Amino acid sequence: METGSSGILNEFRQGNVDAFESLFRLHQRAVYSWILRIVRNPAAAEDLTVETFWRIHQAHARFQPSHGFEGWARRIATHAAFDWLRAARHESELPAELAAPATADPAISAEIRVKTAMAFSRLPPRLRIAAILAVVEEQSHKDVAAALGISVAAVKLRVFRALRLLRKDLLLQGITP
Amino acid sequence: MNENDRDQMKKLLQQALPPVEGEREPGRDLWPAVLRRLDAGPAAPPWFDWALGAGLLGLAAFFPASIPVLLYYL
Repeated sequence: METGSSGILNEFRQGNVDAFESLFRLHQRAVYSWILRIVRNPAAAEDLTVETFWRIHQAHARFQPSHGFEGWARRIATHAAFDWLRAARHESELPAELAAPATADPAISAEIRVKTAMAFSRLPPRLRIAAILAVVEEQSHKDVAAALGISVAAVKLRVFRALRLLRKDLLLQGITP
Repeated sequence: MNENDRDQMKKLLQQALPPVEGEREPGRDLWPAVLRRLDAGPAAPPWFDWALGAGLLGLAAFFPASIPVLLYYL
């Protein structure tokens, strides 16, 4: 999703509010959806979308039009969502209407799913954010790395550590994945 | 944890936390809220953030061995 208009990007960089509104209208859905994937809470995702665009506006002078807007906005959105995850312990419960069509594995009981979600919410936020994007949302390691501002190797390591800690927590509860 | 364990964990996680389907629309127009936020300026950190920061610095100063643990959870 590129804006295709370097004029708007340059005007935004100069601090033009109309150009900023154009970029907001063009990208708010993508930013909101990305944040929702991380925080899994529609009300929080709306607030964080506002926070993200505020941060974007604050940083307009540092924006590089040649690097494109979407990736930059996504990175700022990821940091805003990460700050939210870090601020408090939040469950990763997704409202039923937002979830993908149920293809529940009958071998995995509802109780195990709930305990897994609870154990996942206890992981350190930096591991949780990498795992939710790479494993649950199946984003490429390259995209996750760009959003988090870390290397692909670091993403793989965080996902590995998240899964290992999650498995350890479940084993302690008597659940053998 | 071997590759089979990792695959099992991925499968279990995807069952426990279903992915968000497609691109989503916010439930309200967020532009007025963005304008209000621009007018309001930066939010001051709440007092307990300062207290927490001071506490962590004190902990690191008196118990340097706690620094790796603190860094792990940051």
